[in-house]
Amino acid sequence: MIDKAQSNRSVAHGVFTIERTYQSVTPQRVFDAFASAEGKNNWFTAPNDRWVIVERTMDFRVGGRERLKGQWNTGTVTEFDATYFDIVPGERIVYAYEMHLDERKISVSLATFEFKPMGTGTKLIMTEQGAFLDGYDDSGSRESGSRDLIDKLSAYLES
Amino acid sequence: MPPTAINLDLTFRALADPTRRSIVERLSRGQASVSELAQPYGMSLPAIVQHLAMLEESGLVRSEKIGRVRTCRIEPAALSLAEQWFNQRREEWDERLDRLGEHLKRFPDGEPK
Repeated sequence: MIDKAQSNRSVAHGVFTIERTYQSVTPQRVFDAFASAEGKNNWFTAPNDRWVIVERTMDFRVGGRERLKGQWNTGTVTEFDATYFDIVPGERIVYAYEMHLDERKISVSLATFEFKPMGTGTKLIMTEQGAFLDGYDDSGSRESGSRDLIDKLSAYLES
Repeated sequence: MPPTAINLDLTFRALADPTRRSIVERLSRGQASVSELAQPYGMSLPAIVQHLAMLEESGLVRSEKIGRVRTCRIEPAALSLAEQWFNQRREEWDERLDRLGEHLKRFPDGEPK
């Protein structure tokens, strides 16, 4: 007989890329918004009316760590713990990070940010490659979950 | 590809086509043979097979040949995991990078002191 906890172990490898172009700002300016806790807190954290910061540290240098622990008003605690591996001012940032949801470690990922000049603005390319851990959703029927997902994806792709 | 290894880019590419989305919708109601899947589209069998190949490559659909009939079914694990990634990362980053855009519009010359 397979142990229940063991049978729930899984790992999925995922990768995605998101691109954004920001008009009339230099790559250095966009990079700067990633380079300090003060700058990053303006956009990186969740909306403040539903979420409070429990712990925040940032040591922005190669080998340095960044931590962000917060609690949703639903009680759920999220934890982001990153280590910087590559920093090229104005051009590139690479960090590895793990995410916890309450006590559960849900992923270990590598995030790469490339800042490229685009006319008078900046093209930002973000790539995430990750191992998503024990991600099976045991609640409810998977078949109906699948249908919901298709609806959501369809809406997203058609928007 | 092992059933738990998914590539979101492949998943999105596979689902970017209305025929393939419709095939996935059909399969989420239960398994079906390739010819059953082909029927409603008025498409040739090879065209449907090509769509199915993309869906299989993405890990969303599995097929198995028994005798002369190839039967297709949805791979719920891939969907469940794709959903996790989709919801918890891509959406999160989409929102963050939108917020970053707003922030840069407000402070184009540098971080506020």
